[in-house]
Amino acid sequence: MAAARASTSEAHGAPVIPVNLDFSQNHFELMGLPVSFALDRAALEDAYRRLQGQLHPDRFAQSGDQERRLAVQGAAWVNEAYATLKDDTRRARYLLTLKGVEFNDERDTASDPAFLMEQMELREALEEAPEAADPLGRLDALSGDIAARRSALSAQFAEALDADRVDEAKTLVLKMRFYDKLRDEARRTAERLEDELL
Amino acid sequence: MALLQISEPGMSTNPHEHRLAVGIDLGTTNSLVASVRSGMAETLPDAEGRHLLPSVVHYSADGVTVGHEAKRRAALDPLNTIASVKRLMGRGVEDLKTLNGHIPYEFVAGEGGVPRIRTAGGDVTPVQVSAEILKVLRERAEASLGGELSGAVITVPAYFDDAQRQATKDAATLAGLNVFRLLNEPTAAAIAYGLDKGQEGVIAVYDLGGGTFDISILRLSKGVFQVLATGGDSALGGDDFDRAIAEWIMQEAGMAGESDHQRMRKLMMDACAAKEALSDSDETELSIQVAGDQVWNGCITCEQMNCLIEPLINKTLAACRRALRDAGVERDEVIDVVMVGGSTRVPHVRQRVAEFFGREPRVDIDPDRVVAVGAALQADVLAGNKPDEEMLLLDVIPLSLGIETMGGLVEHIIPRNTTIPVARAQEFTTFKDGQTAMALHVVQGERDVVDYNRSLARFTLRGIPPMVAGAARIRVTFQVDADGLLNVSAREELSGAHASIEVKPSYGLTDSEIETMLRDSMSHAREDMEARRLREQQVEADRVIEALDAALAADGEALLEAAERQAIDAARERLVAARADGDAETIKRAIQGVEKAGEAFVARRMNQSIRKAMAGHRVEEFE
Repeated sequence: MAAARASTSEAHGAPVIPVNLDFSQNHFELMGLPVSFALDRAALEDAYRRLQGQLHPDRFAQSGDQERRLAVQGAAWVNEAYATLKDDTRRARYLLTLKGVEFNDERDTASDPAFLMEQMELREALEEAPEAADPLGRLDALSGDIAARRSALSAQFAEALDADRVDEAKTLVLKMRFYDKLRDEARRTAERLEDELL
Repeated sequence: MALLQISEPGMSTNPHEHRLAVGIDLGTTNSLVASVRSGMAETLPDAEGRHLLPSVVHYSADGVTVGHEAKRRAALDPLNTIASVKRLMGRGVEDLKTLNGHIPYEFVAGEGGVPRIRTAGGDVTPVQVSAEILKVLRERAEASLGGELSGAVITVPAYFDDAQRQATKDAATLAGLNVFRLLNEPTAAAIAYGLDKGQEGVIAVYDLGGGTFDISILRLSKGVFQVLATGGDSALGGDDFDRAIAEWIMQEAGMAGESDHQRMRKLMMDACAAKEALSDSDETELSIQVAGDQVWNGCITCEQMNCLIEPLINKTLAACRRALRDAGVERDEVIDVVMVGGSTRVPHVRQRVAEFFGREPRVDIDPDRVVAVGAALQADVLAGNKPDEEMLLLDVIPLSLGIETMGGLVEHIIPRNTTIPVARAQEFTTFKDGQTAMALHVVQGERDVVDYNRSLARFTLRGIPPMVAGAARIRVTFQVDADGLLNVSAREELSGAHASIEVKPSYGLTDSEIETMLRDSMSHAREDMEARRLREQQVEADRVIEALDAALAADGEALLEAAERQAIDAARERLVAARADGDAETIKRAIQGVEKAGEAFVARRMNQSIRKAMAGHRVEEFE
């Protein structure tokens, strides 16, 4: 990992980009974390702040154009790694792509009929929530339900990945995405209701 | 030119290493400039000791006036006095229609859909009006800091979209400022508080200004300000409180719906005065000119006003709820609530915010100045004056960025509250056989239907080799820099056809417009330059005199012969006289005169201080 504080360029007394900014590292390597679904959140937060402390463009406000451009790229890359690892579904998917699994957003979908049925029911419940006696309370309850089901899938994913059952793991990631969409939908509905209450 | 300032070895403070940098709060109602001096961030007053510069610009055939004088003219000459121009920044002619009725100016459509305001001094764009305000602040800073600014941090509401940010940056460029960074206002406020108090944890910044509302949720940890979520309304502020009160008055007084501009402006000022009076009393008398000489006398109570502004406060609290949800933070995790903006002086606002977060909000830093102070602290860091400073700001984009897809829908590429800088790419494909070009429409906003979002830019990728529909792979990359400004590029992966656009929104200025404005301002540049050189030399003269007096007091007796002393004193007198009524060139020559007369004295002091330093060393070595 780069030195705690970047060395000083002779020309401006401004910091320089750490030489070992290595864009070929994967997100886990960049953050100095083991390649695994289980995540040490505190370690991720620490690594993220430390890296941004070295790479953020604000550290290079007095440097040359090239260094500044590199800093923007470096900081954007660190942000991307952080956002990917922080989110369960994105981290799961990323782990699979590291194993060479390909995703095709246009075609890939879950095909398990029981799962799709459950999705339809949840979606209907969401659509009906605004008509409930306490619509926001109903939405909160639904959101909690969605979160619980999603974290159950996360646990199954971790198991499948450990056992190297990549096809099963991929199916689980696709299912997790369904729950993410439901979660976003619930959030949007709540926002709309709140706006209407004004 | 610090010949006479000798510092002890090891304590060298080379003045050229300290770059002059300022933070500017370009507000709807008032603007401020602040800077870090001797380690303290403070707002800079004008020659009369006033810190706030009313964001009001008056245009006449004779020229432009800005600030207090312009504000005085507002009631008499409303059409030529532009106030609250921040509300118009980055807005197109179409947007203004929705704001109409609220805005008393005459608009004319300009090049590229940029609205221009018709004034007696010619047609002006909102960017030009803002630039006038910034120019006055720049001059104020250069006069009081005594030199040219190396750069500025300019604050914008966190909720400003790309068009509004770009317009703000254009205004700064036009005012001759080097923009280190556009900084979100709530983040600036958090810096002002956080640095002083060394806080750790989640804080909320509630910023209700004259025309904008922002809420930001931040996590403070070890000097890092990480914005978790931000939200708000770029068209909601204290002005709306005034308007609600004004409408109530009109109803009570039986005034007609549309009165003339002058009377409306006066009424808004009366409403504002009533609002301020109700900050520390339960009711206030009103005496309103209804028509001609007819006067309506009445009274408004605190309770009545609270009722009138209640719906507006509710709107801000809904935005708070949303920001907390986006941040993934519960209300009780918030350890501190910081109040920013003049409108948070309204007691009912404070009370409702306290109820919402379940804690008393902080108001210990003057809410009018806190943003400028935070911006100055950040400017000082960005100027490189604090190489060991660990402070770091991680900001987010306030609104999602996306591309229009088939059927007028939006594909979001970067969701709101994504930390910047960020680069994301998405692949699209052609929908017709043999399609060789693709039109890209960049939008910002949360809605799925394109019409409800802000249109930022359109550009076309050409040179796609003819293929069957769906075979081309067009990779569209969005890049947002640390200022929150967007760059979009598109590339067909098989052929390498490439197109990109720096998102100069349709409502920004075209390059030719900026050029014209710069040319216009050149005609005034000569006078400006003369005035500036004079001020610089005056400041320099003061410094030289001060340093000389200090040196003479310390070593004059010991190191100078009577004749030498006389020559120096004479040169000093000439400089004092030149400083009082000379032009820049005269002052400069007088400064050189002092330096020449003092050369031998300076050399002797230098030798003496070196001897002292060496002596000091020897003592250490013996120990």
